[in-house]
Amino acid sequence: MDPALLLDPALLWKFCLAGLAVGSIYAIVAIGFNIIYNTTGIINFAQGEFVVLGAMTAISLAGHMPLAAAVALAVLATMLAGALIEIVFIRWLKDASVLRLVIITIGVSILMREGMLHAWDEKMHALPHFSGTETSSIAILGASCPPQYLWVFGTLAVIVAGLSLFFKLTVTGRAMRACAANRTAARLCGINAKAMVTLSFMLSAGIGALAGCVTSPITQTQYDMGAPLAIKGFTVAIVGGLGNSVAAVGAGLLVGVLESLSVMIGCSTYQDGVAVAILMAILVCKPSGLFGSAEAAALKEF
Amino acid sequence: MLRVLNLEAGYGNLRVLKGVSMHVSPGEIVALIGANGAGKTTLLGAIAGVVRATDGEIAFDGRTIRNAPAEKIVSLGCALVPEGRQIFAPLSVQENLMLGAYARRGREGRAAAHARLEEVRGLFGVLGERQRQLAGTLSGGEQQMLAIGRALMSAPRCIMMDEPSMGIAPKVVKEIFGAVVRLRGKGLTVLLVEQNAKAALAIADRGYVLEAGRIVIEGSARDLLDNRDVQRAYLGKEYRRIDE
Ligand SMILES: Nc1ncnc2c1ncn2[C@@H]1O[C@H](COP(=O)(O)OP(=O)(O)OP(=O)(O)O)[C@@H](O)[C@H]1O
Ligand SMILES: [Mg+2]
Repeated sequence: MDPALLLDPALLWKFCLAGLAVGSIYAIVAIGFNIIYNTTGIINFAQGEFVVLGAMTAISLAGHMPLAAAVALAVLATMLAGALIEIVFIRWLKDASVLRLVIITIGVSILMREGMLHAWDEKMHALPHFSGTETSSIAILGASCPPQYLWVFGTLAVIVAGLSLFFKLTVTGRAMRACAANRTAARLCGINAKAMVTLSFMLSAGIGALAGCVTSPITQTQYDMGAPLAIKGFTVAIVGGLGNSVAAVGAGLLVGVLESLSVMIGCSTYQDGVAVAILMAILVCKPSGLFGSAEAAALKEF
Repeated sequence: MLRVLNLEAGYGNLRVLKGVSMHVSPGEIVALIGANGAGKTTLLGAIAGVVRATDGEIAFDGRTIRNAPAEKIVSLGCALVPEGRQIFAPLSVQENLMLGAYARRGREGRAAAHARLEEVRGLFGVLGERQRQLAGTLSGGEQQMLAIGRALMSAPRCIMMDEPSMGIAPKVVKEIFGAVVRLRGKGLTVLLVEQNAKAALAIADRGYVLEAGRIVIEGSARDLLDNRDVQRAYLGKEYRRIDE
């Protein structure tokens, strides 16, 4: 362990960049949490499995078609899986408590993990790099990194911008926000609340799958990567203040960078501990999240 | 227009409505009054499809709607302005109003919805002035106008209002009740639930009194205003007579 390494600006930036790339994935997973949380109050712990399912499906398809088509199909397939999961496991439960639903999502995540182990195997897989090859590199402000980093940042930006336009400008997006704000009133406006919940599962499954595809070339993909991702994403969602997707981006990048710096100074064994330590500190000091307001937190169910 | 027959409804094991029968004819303003906990909100909720009815009949325009989904009932033309306003607080006034027209999407173009938006703004001018503001930052009276406006955006033929005067300054209550009368003038049918029985009966054609889940008195608004029991219980007129 050598904190003095932090004083080397070039090295520092290189690790920050790696942290930003990983943090982008955490942010996307956290946004997935937020979408479902906002419409249902549920924390969907199968969120990490959506990421893995998307990547695995794309990897299998990539052998038979162009990469772009494989990714698009994988995202669609994962969205369908999300809808199916909501319809089979969540929808028919009447007046189930939030805690019960959360436990069900944990069960779903285990089922999905086992299912993926059987459908594929326990080996590491990876999608090819979207542009260039494994060895090509580009320079961002002096630090060299794989071009895939740009794809990751770009995907995060597109997802954030796309979702914000969707929720602000489209009738369906507004209807989903209305459901989140007041479900009974939304139904009284003629909005099919159940369909909106299904849609929120589809959306989060879709963006999770996209995140899985775009990071697969960097981090590779294995059937059981979902659970740690879900924990990181959950941390990020809490750190940002549950339900707030813009804050999730800030929090995700922050957690990613802190983790990366802990690796840099040689504490890679504690890398995963960093996220949990941050989570604990936030829960104790500022339960509403770094960017959340106290009033919003008071309204939350747990 | 709206007919309720021997309706039973409640929450879980709690029976709230115990055989309620009533009707509202086209173009009428009907007031429904009753004490706290009598079941007024439950009755409107059952008609609107958000509270489960266990027995009896509800018909709208001759078509049975008991336990139809809420989103179906509003699209048939029967809208509820819920108790406590229930506006979408984090959305703008404009978004709240346009969501009111959600039930009619696919059946009309943007132009028709915007024409109705103008009508609603004509009715409650303040909604036009505040269109970009978040609904949660409106005053209580403005929120009530928004809730009514949102319901009107579904182009209902029958509108049910649950205590629109609750917690609102008398001057604003007057404005809202004035609007209700104007709406009826345009052919809208109104079922008005009120604690403020005096104000409600003043604009209503007929009225019902609901007590502990049963209709106990019904009649023209005039009859109800003259009724001793109604006066004593709901109009705040004290009759300190020993033999009562
Ligand atoms: N969601 C609910 N779950 C369980 N019980 C309820 C629920 N809503 C109302 N109740 C009960 O049903 C009964 C009737 O309530 P309701 O709200 O219909 O009365 P109300 O006439 O509208 O009263 P108020 O004038 O206070 O609005 C009350 O005893 C109330 O406690
Ligand atoms: Mg009530």
